Amino acid sequence: MSEASYPPELLYHPEHDWARIDGDVATFGITWHAQDALGDVVFFDPPALGAQVSQNEPYTEVESVKAVSDVFAPLSGEVIEVNSELADKPELVNDDPYGGGWMVKVRLADPSETGGLLDRDAYVASLDE
Amino acid sequence: MPAPPDAAATTPLRRTSLYQTHLAAGARIVPFAGWEMPVQYEGVIAEHRAVRTAVGIFDVSHMGQIETRGPGALEFLHRLSSNDVAKLDVGGAQYSVLCREDGGVLDDCFTYRLAGERYLTITNAANHAQDLAWFVAHRDLHEVEIVDRAGDYAMLAVQGPLARETVQAIASAPLPPRMSVAERVIDGVGALVCGTGYTGEDGVELLLAPDDAPTVWEALVRRGARPAGLAARDTLRTEACYHLYGNDLSTEHGPIEAGLGWCCKEDTGFIGSAAVREAREHPPPQRLVPFKLTERGVARAGDAVIGGGQVTSGTFSPTLEVAIGLAYLPLDRAAVGTAFEIDVRGTRRGAMVAERPLYQRP
Repeated sequence: MSEASYPPELLYHPEHDWARIDGDVATFGITWHAQDALGDVVFFDPPALGAQVSQNEPYTEVESVKAVSDVFAPLSGEVIEVNSELADKPELVNDDPYGGGWMVKVRLADPSETGGLLDRDAYVASLDE
Repeated sequence: MPAPPDAAATTPLRRTSLYQTHLAAGARIVPFAGWEMPVQYEGVIAEHRAVRTAVGIFDVSHMGQIETRGPGALEFLHRLSSNDVAKLDVGGAQYSVLCREDGGVLDDCFTYRLAGERYLTITNAANHAQDLAWFVAHRDLHEVEIVDRAGDYAMLAVQGPLARETVQAIASAPLPPRMSVAERVIDGVGALVCGTGYTGEDGVELLLAPDDAPTVWEALVRRGARPAGLAARDTLRTEACYHLYGNDLSTEHGPIEAGLGWCCKEDTGFIGSAAVREAREHPPPQRLVPFKLTERGVARAGDAVIGGGQVTSGTFSPTLEVAIGLAYLPLDRAAVGTAFEIDVRGTRRGAMVAERPLYQRP
Protein backbone atom coordinates (compact mmCIF):
# COMPACT_ATOMS: atom_id res chain seq x y z
CA MET A 1 0.00 0.00 0.00
CA SER A 2 1.21 3.48 -0.85
CA GLU A 3 2.41 6.05 1.71
CA ALA A 4 0.03 8.80 2.84
CA SER A 5 0.18 11.71 0.40
CA TYR A 6 -1.92 14.69 -0.69
CA PRO A 7 -0.53 16.42 -3.76
CA PRO A 8 -0.59 20.22 -3.49
CA GLU A 9 -1.81 20.80 -7.06
CA LEU A 10 -5.16 19.08 -6.45
CA LEU A 11 -8.43 20.37 -5.04
CA TYR A 12 -10.17 18.32 -2.38
CA HIS A 13 -13.74 17.58 -1.40
CA PRO A 14 -14.56 16.87 2.27
CA GLU A 15 -15.98 13.46 1.30
CA HIS A 16 -12.39 12.46 0.47
CA ASP A 17 -12.40 13.00 -3.27
CA TRP A 18 -9.92 14.96 -5.35
CA ALA A 19 -10.14 16.95 -8.59
CA ARG A 20 -7.31 17.82 -10.98
CA ILE A 21 -8.36 20.80 -13.08
CA ASP A 22 -7.15 21.12 -16.68
CA GLY A 23 -9.03 23.96 -18.40
CA ASP A 24 -12.71 23.04 -18.50
CA VAL A 25 -12.02 19.35 -17.82
CA ALA A 26 -11.35 17.82 -14.40
CA THR A 27 -10.13 14.38 -13.41
CA PHE A 28 -11.68 12.86 -10.25
CA GLY A 29 -10.53 10.19 -7.85
CA ILE A 30 -10.56 9.34 -4.16
CA THR A 31 -7.87 10.45 -1.72
CA TRP A 32 -5.21 8.40 -0.01
CA HIS A 33 -7.24 8.67 3.19
CA ALA A 34 -10.34 7.28 1.47
CA GLN A 35 -8.61 4.27 -0.06
CA ASP A 36 -6.81 3.58 3.22
CA ALA A 37 -10.10 3.58 5.13
CA LEU A 38 -11.73 1.30 2.56
CA GLY A 39 -8.91 -1.18 2.35
CA ASP A 40 -8.33 -3.38 -0.68
CA VAL A 41 -10.58 -2.15 -3.51
CA VAL A 42 -12.09 -5.00 -5.54
CA PHE A 43 -14.68 -3.35 -7.79
CA PHE A 44 -15.21 0.04 -9.35
CA ASP A 45 -18.49 0.57 -11.16
CA PRO A 46 -17.86 3.39 -13.65
CA PRO A 47 -20.69 5.77 -14.57
CA ALA A 48 -21.82 5.82 -18.20
CA LEU A 49 -20.11 8.15 -20.66
CA GLY A 50 -22.26 11.23 -20.99
CA ALA A 51 -23.69 10.90 -17.50
CA GLN A 52 -24.23 14.16 -15.63
CA VAL A 53 -22.65 14.37 -12.21
CA SER A 54 -23.49 16.99 -9.61
CA GLN A 55 -21.21 18.54 -7.04
CA ASN A 56 -21.61 16.94 -3.58
CA GLU A 57 -23.66 14.06 -5.01
CA PRO A 58 -22.53 10.42 -5.33
CA TYR A 59 -21.79 9.43 -8.93
CA THR A 60 -20.72 5.84 -8.40
CA GLU A 61 -19.69 3.25 -5.83
CA VAL A 62 -16.38 1.72 -5.00
CA GLU A 63 -16.33 -1.67 -3.37
CA SER A 64 -13.61 -2.99 -1.10
CA VAL A 65 -13.38 -6.40 0.54
CA LYS A 66 -14.86 -4.93 3.69
CA ALA A 67 -17.41 -2.39 2.53
CA VAL A 68 -19.03 -0.41 -0.22
CA SER A 69 -18.72 3.36 -0.33
CA ASP A 70 -20.30 6.11 -2.37
CA VAL A 71 -17.94 8.24 -4.45
CA PHE A 72 -18.88 11.92 -4.45
CA ALA A 73 -18.44 14.36 -7.30
CA PRO A 74 -16.28 17.28 -6.21
CA LEU A 75 -17.63 19.32 -9.16
CA SER A 76 -20.56 19.18 -11.60
CA GLY A 77 -20.37 18.25 -15.26
CA GLU A 78 -20.58 15.56 -17.93
CA VAL A 79 -18.54 12.36 -17.82
CA ILE A 80 -16.36 12.31 -20.95
CA GLU A 81 -13.99 9.48 -20.03
CA VAL A 82 -13.84 6.68 -17.46
CA ASN A 83 -10.78 4.78 -16.30
CA SER A 84 -11.47 1.42 -17.96
CA GLU A 85 -8.24 0.01 -16.54
CA LEU A 86 -9.91 -0.17 -13.12
CA ALA A 87 -12.20 -2.95 -14.36
CA ASP A 88 -9.27 -5.36 -14.35
CA LYS A 89 -7.02 -3.59 -11.87
CA PRO A 90 -9.19 -2.05 -9.14
CA GLU A 91 -6.15 -2.22 -6.84
CA LEU A 92 -4.76 0.82 -8.69
CA VAL A 93 -7.10 2.87 -6.47
CA ASN A 94 -5.03 1.69 -3.49
CA ASP A 95 -1.61 1.60 -5.10
CA ASP A 96 -1.74 4.89 -6.98
CA PRO A 97 -4.81 6.89 -5.90
CA TYR A 98 -3.78 10.11 -7.72
CA GLY A 99 -2.33 8.45 -10.82
CA GLY A 100 -3.45 5.10 -12.24
CA GLY A 101 -6.33 5.04 -9.76
CA TRP A 102 -8.15 8.03 -11.30
CA MET A 103 -11.85 7.36 -11.89
CA VAL A 104 -13.49 9.74 -14.37
CA LYS A 105 -12.86 12.83 -16.46
CA VAL A 106 -15.63 15.40 -16.45
CA ARG A 107 -16.34 18.43 -18.67
CA LEU A 108 -17.12 21.03 -16.06
CA ALA A 109 -20.51 22.71 -16.06
CA ASP A 110 -19.51 25.60 -13.81
CA PRO A 111 -15.79 26.16 -13.16
CA SER A 112 -16.67 28.62 -10.37
CA GLU A 113 -17.71 25.62 -8.24
CA THR A 114 -14.04 25.10 -7.43
CA GLY A 115 -14.53 27.84 -4.83
CA GLY A 116 -16.36 25.27 -2.71
CA LEU A 117 -13.39 22.89 -2.58
CA LEU A 118 -10.46 22.65 -0.17
CA ASP A 119 -6.81 23.11 -0.90
CA ARG A 120 -4.35 20.49 0.29
CA ASP A 121 -3.62 22.15 3.65
CA ALA A 122 -7.27 22.68 4.50
CA TYR A 123 -8.12 19.09 3.56
CA VAL A 124 -5.26 17.64 5.57
CA ALA A 125 -6.26 19.80 8.53
CA SER A 126 -9.82 18.41 8.25
CA LEU A 127 -8.45 14.87 8.59
CA ASP A 128 -6.93 15.71 11.97
CA GLU A 129 -10.16 17.02 13.42
CA MET B 1 -16.78 6.00 4.39
CA PRO B 2 -17.84 2.72 6.00
CA ALA B 3 -19.18 2.96 9.51
CA PRO B 4 -17.34 0.84 12.07
CA PRO B 5 -19.20 -2.20 13.42
CA ASP B 6 -21.56 -1.54 16.29
CA ALA B 7 -19.87 -1.19 19.62
CA ALA B 8 -21.45 -1.54 23.00
CA ALA B 9 -22.10 2.15 23.31
CA THR B 10 -22.27 2.43 27.07
CA THR B 11 -19.45 0.21 28.33
CA PRO B 12 -15.80 1.04 27.74
CA LEU B 13 -14.07 -1.10 25.17
CA ARG B 14 -11.68 -3.77 26.42
CA ARG B 15 -8.18 -4.36 25.10
CA THR B 16 -6.40 -7.68 24.77
CA SER B 17 -2.89 -8.15 26.15
CA LEU B 18 -1.64 -7.77 22.55
CA TYR B 19 -3.07 -4.30 22.01
CA GLN B 20 0.31 -2.54 22.05
CA THR B 21 1.77 -5.25 19.83
CA HIS B 22 -0.96 -4.57 17.27
CA LEU B 23 -0.37 -0.82 17.35
CA ALA B 24 3.36 -1.33 16.86
CA ALA B 25 2.60 -3.56 13.86
CA GLY B 26 0.52 -0.80 12.26
CA ALA B 27 -2.87 -2.38 12.84
CA ARG B 28 -6.09 -0.54 12.24
CA ILE B 29 -8.11 -1.02 15.42
CA VAL B 30 -11.92 -1.19 15.42
CA PRO B 31 -14.56 -1.81 18.07
CA PHE B 32 -15.80 -5.40 17.87
CA ALA B 33 -18.11 -7.15 20.36
CA GLY B 34 -17.02 -4.81 23.14
CA TRP B 35 -13.30 -5.06 22.36
CA GLU B 36 -10.78 -2.95 20.50
CA MET B 37 -9.51 -5.44 17.94
CA PRO B 38 -7.16 -5.30 14.94
CA VAL B 39 -9.24 -5.43 11.76
CA GLN B 40 -6.24 -5.38 9.45
CA TYR B 41 -2.51 -4.71 9.34
CA GLU B 42 -1.14 -4.21 5.84
CA GLY B 43 -4.18 -5.30 3.91
CA VAL B 44 -6.92 -7.88 4.03
CA ILE B 45 -6.08 -9.57 0.73
CA ALA B 46 -2.38 -10.02 1.57
CA GLU B 47 -3.26 -11.35 5.02
CA HIS B 48 -5.87 -13.70 3.58
CA ARG B 49 -3.39 -15.07 1.05
CA ALA B 50 -0.71 -15.50 3.72
CA VAL B 51 -3.07 -17.83 5.58
CA ARG B 52 -3.99 -19.76 2.42
CA THR B 53 -0.40 -20.17 1.25
CA ALA B 54 1.85 -19.95 4.33
CA VAL B 55 0.92 -18.98 7.89
CA GLY B 56 -1.01 -16.19 9.58
CA ILE B 57 -1.50 -15.35 13.25
CA PHE B 58 -4.69 -13.86 14.73
CA ASP B 59 -5.35 -12.41 18.14
CA VAL B 60 -8.70 -13.91 19.13
CA SER B 61 -8.40 -13.13 22.82
CA HIS B 62 -11.85 -11.58 22.74
CA MET B 63 -13.30 -15.11 22.63
CA GLY B 64 -14.62 -16.29 25.99
CA GLN B 65 -14.02 -19.48 27.94
CA ILE B 66 -16.26 -21.29 30.43
CA GLU B 67 -14.88 -24.18 32.44
CA THR B 68 -17.27 -26.86 33.64
CA ARG B 69 -15.89 -29.36 36.15
CA GLY B 70 -17.05 -31.91 38.65
CA PRO B 71 -18.67 -35.34 38.71
CA GLY B 72 -21.82 -34.00 37.01
CA ALA B 73 -19.99 -32.18 34.21
CA LEU B 74 -20.80 -34.64 31.42
CA GLU B 75 -24.46 -34.91 32.35
CA PHE B 76 -24.73 -31.14 32.66
CA LEU B 77 -23.09 -30.43 29.29
CA HIS B 78 -25.34 -33.03 27.69
CA ARG B 79 -28.28 -30.82 28.60
CA LEU B 80 -26.75 -27.65 27.15
CA SER B 81 -24.70 -28.79 24.18
CA SER B 82 -26.39 -30.06 21.01
CA ASN B 83 -23.65 -32.57 20.31
CA ASP B 84 -23.07 -35.92 22.02
CA VAL B 85 -20.63 -34.88 24.72
CA ALA B 86 -20.24 -38.53 25.80
CA LYS B 87 -18.36 -39.07 22.54
CA LEU B 88 -15.77 -36.51 23.59
CA ASP B 89 -12.64 -38.28 24.88
CA VAL B 90 -10.12 -36.64 27.18
CA GLY B 91 -8.03 -34.43 24.91
CA GLY B 92 -10.78 -34.16 22.33
CA ALA B 93 -12.55 -31.16 20.79
CA GLN B 94 -16.18 -30.94 19.70
CA TYR B 95 -18.29 -28.32 17.94
CA SER B 96 -21.88 -27.76 19.02
CA VAL B 97 -24.60 -25.16 19.39
CA LEU B 98 -26.43 -24.02 22.50
CA CYS B 99 -30.18 -23.90 21.86
CA ARG B 100 -33.20 -22.49 23.58
CA GLU B 101 -36.19 -24.77 24.15
CA ASP B 102 -37.65 -23.52 20.83
CA GLY B 103 -34.47 -24.50 18.99
CA GLY B 104 -33.24 -20.93 18.44
CA VAL B 105 -29.44 -20.85 18.53
CA LEU B 106 -27.92 -18.96 21.49
CA ASP B 107 -24.31 -19.55 20.47
CA ASP B 108 -22.01 -21.90 18.63
CA CYS B 109 -19.07 -23.23 20.64
CA PHE B 110 -16.10 -25.52 20.70
CA THR B 111 -15.80 -27.66 23.82
CA TYR B 112 -12.49 -29.27 24.80
CA ARG B 113 -12.30 -32.10 27.31
CA LEU B 114 -9.25 -31.20 29.38
CA ALA B 115 -9.57 -34.06 31.89
CA GLY B 116 -12.08 -36.71 32.93
CA GLU B 117 -14.37 -34.26 34.68
CA ARG B 118 -13.08 -30.99 33.26
CA TYR B 119 -14.34 -29.28 30.10
CA LEU B 120 -13.55 -25.91 28.56
CA THR B 121 -16.12 -24.28 26.27
CA ILE B 122 -15.05 -21.48 23.93
CA THR B 123 -17.75 -18.83 23.50
CA ASN B 124 -18.23 -15.95 21.10
CA ALA B 125 -17.21 -12.64 22.67
CA ALA B 126 -20.59 -11.01 22.14
CA ASN B 127 -22.39 -13.96 23.74
CA HIS B 128 -20.03 -14.83 26.56
CA ALA B 129 -21.87 -13.14 29.45
CA GLN B 130 -25.21 -14.51 28.26
CA ASP B 131 -23.76 -18.02 27.79
CA LEU B 132 -22.29 -17.94 31.27
CA ALA B 133 -25.66 -16.91 32.71
CA TRP B 134 -27.31 -19.72 30.69
CA PHE B 135 -24.87 -22.25 32.14
CA VAL B 136 -25.42 -21.01 35.69
CA ALA B 137 -29.21 -20.90 35.28
CA HIS B 138 -29.25 -24.58 34.28
CA ARG B 139 -26.93 -25.90 36.95
CA ASP B 140 -29.94 -27.19 38.93
CA LEU B 141 -28.90 -30.24 40.91
CA HIS B 142 -25.92 -31.12 38.70
CA GLU B 143 -22.73 -31.59 40.67
CA VAL B 144 -20.70 -29.09 38.70
CA GLU B 145 -18.66 -25.99 39.19
CA ILE B 146 -19.04 -23.41 36.43
CA VAL B 147 -16.10 -21.05 36.20
CA ASP B 148 -15.73 -17.98 34.01
CA ARG B 149 -12.22 -18.35 32.57
CA ALA B 150 -12.46 -15.55 29.99
CA GLY B 151 -10.06 -13.34 31.92
CA ASP B 152 -7.51 -16.12 32.31
CA TYR B 153 -6.69 -16.72 28.68
CA ALA B 154 -5.33 -14.91 25.70
CA MET B 155 -6.06 -16.82 22.50
CA LEU B 156 -3.90 -16.90 19.38
CA ALA B 157 -4.97 -18.65 16.20
CA VAL B 158 -2.04 -19.76 14.04
CA GLN B 159 -3.43 -20.89 10.71
CA GLY B 160 -2.20 -21.96 7.31
CA PRO B 161 -0.29 -24.76 5.60
CA LEU B 162 2.89 -23.80 7.50
CA ALA B 163 1.13 -23.14 10.83
CA ARG B 164 1.95 -26.42 12.50
CA GLU B 165 5.63 -26.41 11.67
CA THR B 166 5.90 -22.78 12.74
CA VAL B 167 4.44 -23.53 16.18
CA GLN B 168 6.19 -26.88 16.40
CA ALA B 169 9.56 -25.15 16.12
CA ILE B 170 9.02 -23.54 19.54
CA ALA B 171 7.00 -26.34 21.16
CA SER B 172 8.12 -28.80 23.85
CA ALA B 173 6.53 -31.85 22.23
CA PRO B 174 4.59 -32.86 19.13
CA LEU B 175 1.44 -30.77 18.70
CA PRO B 176 -1.94 -32.46 19.16
CA PRO B 177 -3.65 -33.51 15.91
CA ARG B 178 -6.71 -31.86 14.42
CA MET B 179 -9.77 -31.74 16.71
CA SER B 180 -7.77 -32.45 19.84
CA VAL B 181 -6.17 -30.50 22.67
CA ALA B 182 -3.06 -30.88 24.84
CA GLU B 183 -0.93 -28.87 27.24
CA ARG B 184 2.43 -27.94 25.78
CA VAL B 185 5.25 -25.57 26.56
CA ILE B 186 5.39 -23.01 23.74
CA ASP B 187 8.36 -20.65 23.65
CA GLY B 188 8.99 -21.46 27.31
CA VAL B 189 5.48 -20.88 28.62
CA GLY B 190 2.59 -23.20 29.31
CA ALA B 191 -0.24 -23.23 26.79
CA LEU B 192 -3.26 -25.25 25.82
CA VAL B 193 -2.76 -26.18 22.18
CA CYS B 194 -5.95 -26.94 20.26
CA GLY B 195 -6.04 -28.41 16.76
CA THR B 196 -8.87 -26.15 15.68
CA GLY B 197 -9.43 -23.00 13.67
CA TYR B 198 -11.83 -20.84 11.71
CA THR B 199 -10.08 -20.42 8.38
CA GLY B 200 -10.43 -23.69 6.48
CA GLU B 201 -6.69 -24.29 6.80
CA ASP B 202 -4.76 -26.58 9.08
CA GLY B 203 -3.41 -24.93 12.20
CA VAL B 204 -3.71 -24.58 15.93
CA GLU B 205 -5.21 -22.25 18.47
CA LEU B 206 -3.18 -21.43 21.58
CA LEU B 207 -4.75 -20.59 24.94
CA LEU B 208 -2.22 -19.01 27.25
CA ALA B 209 -1.85 -16.55 30.11
CA PRO B 210 -2.51 -13.02 28.80
CA ASP B 211 0.86 -11.77 30.07
CA ASP B 212 2.66 -14.48 28.08
CA ALA B 213 0.89 -13.75 24.81
CA PRO B 214 3.05 -10.88 23.47
CA THR B 215 6.34 -12.81 23.59
CA VAL B 216 4.80 -15.92 22.03
CA TRP B 217 3.22 -13.75 19.32
CA GLU B 218 6.57 -12.10 18.59
CA ALA B 219 8.33 -15.47 18.49
CA LEU B 220 5.85 -16.78 15.93
CA VAL B 221 6.00 -13.59 13.85
CA ARG B 222 9.83 -13.86 13.80
CA ARG B 223 9.39 -17.37 12.40
CA GLY B 224 7.24 -16.09 9.56
CA ALA B 225 3.67 -15.96 10.88
CA ARG B 226 2.01 -12.92 9.35
CA PRO B 227 -0.28 -10.89 11.61
CA ALA B 228 -3.83 -11.08 10.25
CA GLY B 229 -6.88 -9.15 11.40
CA LEU B 230 -10.58 -9.68 11.80
CA ALA B 231 -11.24 -8.68 8.18
CA ALA B 232 -9.14 -11.56 6.85
CA ARG B 233 -10.62 -13.88 9.48
CA ASP B 234 -14.03 -13.04 8.03
CA THR B 235 -13.13 -13.61 4.37
CA LEU B 236 -11.35 -16.86 5.29
CA ARG B 237 -14.23 -18.26 7.32
CA THR B 238 -16.76 -17.23 4.66
CA GLU B 239 -14.79 -19.13 2.00
CA ALA B 240 -14.75 -22.14 4.34
CA CYS B 241 -18.51 -21.66 5.00
CA TYR B 242 -18.11 -21.46 8.75
CA HIS B 243 -21.00 -19.71 10.48
CA LEU B 244 -20.62 -16.35 12.18
CA TYR B 245 -22.90 -15.93 15.16
CA GLY B 246 -24.97 -12.77 14.83
CA ASN B 247 -24.90 -13.07 11.03
CA ASP B 248 -25.64 -16.65 9.99
CA LEU B 249 -26.78 -17.88 13.38
CA SER B 250 -29.26 -16.30 15.77
CA THR B 251 -32.19 -17.17 17.96
CA GLU B 252 -34.35 -16.53 14.86
CA HIS B 253 -33.01 -19.67 13.18
CA GLY B 254 -32.66 -23.25 14.35
CA PRO B 255 -29.62 -25.42 13.66
CA ILE B 256 -31.40 -27.46 10.97
CA GLU B 257 -32.10 -24.37 8.83
CA ALA B 258 -28.54 -23.25 9.45
CA GLY B 259 -27.15 -26.51 8.11
CA LEU B 260 -25.87 -27.57 11.52
CA GLY B 261 -27.96 -30.71 11.91
CA TRP B 262 -24.71 -32.68 11.87
CA CYS B 263 -23.75 -31.39 15.33
CA CYS B 264 -27.18 -32.02 16.87
CA LYS B 265 -27.77 -35.38 18.54
CA GLU B 266 -31.41 -35.19 19.63
CA ASP B 267 -31.27 -38.53 21.45
CA THR B 268 -29.17 -36.92 24.17
CA GLY B 269 -32.18 -34.82 25.18
CA PHE B 270 -30.40 -31.45 25.08
CA ILE B 271 -32.39 -28.27 25.63
CA GLY B 272 -34.10 -27.62 22.31
CA SER B 273 -33.77 -31.23 21.09
CA ALA B 274 -37.55 -31.63 20.64
CA ALA B 275 -37.68 -28.56 18.41
CA VAL B 276 -34.63 -29.73 16.45
CA ARG B 277 -36.18 -33.19 15.98
CA GLU B 278 -39.37 -31.58 14.71
CA ALA B 279 -37.37 -29.40 12.29
CA ARG B 280 -35.43 -32.41 11.03
CA GLU B 281 -38.66 -34.30 10.33
CA HIS B 282 -40.52 -31.30 8.89
CA PRO B 283 -37.91 -29.02 7.33
CA PRO B 284 -38.36 -25.29 8.01
CA PRO B 285 -39.13 -23.08 4.98
CA GLN B 286 -35.60 -21.74 4.55
CA ARG B 287 -32.10 -23.11 4.44
CA LEU B 288 -28.70 -21.46 4.78
CA VAL B 289 -26.65 -22.00 1.62
CA PRO B 290 -23.38 -20.70 0.21
CA PHE B 291 -23.55 -18.64 -2.97
CA LYS B 292 -21.39 -16.93 -5.55
CA LEU B 293 -22.37 -13.83 -7.45
CA THR B 294 -22.46 -14.47 -11.17
CA GLU B 295 -21.86 -10.82 -12.01
CA ARG B 296 -19.93 -7.86 -10.71
CA GLY B 297 -20.50 -6.31 -7.31
CA VAL B 298 -20.51 -7.60 -3.76
CA ALA B 299 -23.62 -8.64 -1.81
CA ARG B 300 -23.50 -7.83 1.89
CA ALA B 301 -25.20 -9.12 5.03
CA GLY B 302 -28.77 -7.82 5.16
CA ASP B 303 -29.28 -7.66 1.38
CA ALA B 304 -32.65 -9.17 0.42
CA VAL B 305 -33.02 -12.11 -1.95
CA ILE B 306 -35.57 -11.39 -4.67
CA GLY B 307 -38.61 -13.59 -4.03
CA GLY B 308 -37.72 -14.27 -0.39
CA GLY B 309 -34.67 -14.88 1.71
CA GLN B 310 -31.75 -12.87 2.95
CA VAL B 311 -27.98 -12.64 2.71
CA THR B 312 -26.45 -13.13 6.17
CA SER B 313 -22.77 -13.00 5.16
CA GLY B 314 -21.35 -11.45 2.02
CA THR B 315 -17.88 -10.45 0.97
CA PHE B 316 -15.35 -10.64 -1.83
CA SER B 317 -13.39 -13.88 -1.94
CA PRO B 318 -9.68 -13.18 -2.39
CA THR B 319 -9.12 -16.85 -3.33
CA LEU B 320 -11.95 -17.24 -5.85
CA GLU B 321 -11.87 -13.58 -6.91
CA VAL B 322 -15.65 -13.34 -6.98
CA ALA B 323 -18.21 -12.15 -4.47
CA ILE B 324 -19.41 -14.93 -2.17
CA GLY B 325 -21.61 -15.31 0.84
CA LEU B 326 -24.16 -17.24 2.83
CA ALA B 327 -27.90 -16.69 2.48
CA TYR B 328 -31.12 -18.11 3.83
CA LEU B 329 -33.12 -19.20 0.77
CA PRO B 330 -36.55 -20.81 0.35
CA LEU B 331 -36.14 -24.60 0.38
CA ASP B 332 -37.29 -25.03 -3.22
CA ARG B 333 -34.49 -22.74 -4.39
CA ALA B 334 -31.72 -23.97 -2.13
CA ALA B 335 -30.29 -26.71 -4.36
CA VAL B 336 -26.73 -26.34 -5.65
CA GLY B 337 -26.75 -24.66 -9.05
CA THR B 338 -30.00 -22.76 -8.54
CA ALA B 339 -29.83 -19.23 -9.95
CA PHE B 340 -31.35 -16.38 -7.96
CA GLU B 341 -31.09 -12.62 -7.63
CA ILE B 342 -30.04 -10.39 -4.76
CA ASP B 343 -31.11 -6.79 -4.25
CA VAL B 344 -27.70 -5.19 -3.80
CA ARG B 345 -28.49 -1.63 -2.70
CA GLY B 346 -31.23 -1.30 -5.29
CA THR B 347 -29.53 -3.18 -8.14
CA ARG B 348 -30.46 -6.79 -8.93
CA ARG B 349 -27.34 -8.96 -9.06
CA GLY B 350 -27.33 -12.55 -10.27
CA ALA B 351 -26.15 -15.29 -7.91
CA MET B 352 -26.00 -19.07 -7.83
CA VAL B 353 -26.21 -21.56 -4.98
CA ALA B 354 -22.75 -23.13 -4.69
CA GLU B 355 -21.21 -26.27 -3.22
CA ARG B 356 -20.20 -26.15 0.43
CA PRO B 357 -17.48 -25.28 1.24
CA LEU B 358 -16.70 -22.52 -1.23
CA TYR B 359 -13.02 -23.17 -0.61
CA GLN B 360 -11.46 -26.48 0.35
CA ARG B 361 -7.77 -26.70 1.09
CA PRO B 362 -5.85 -28.76 -1.46
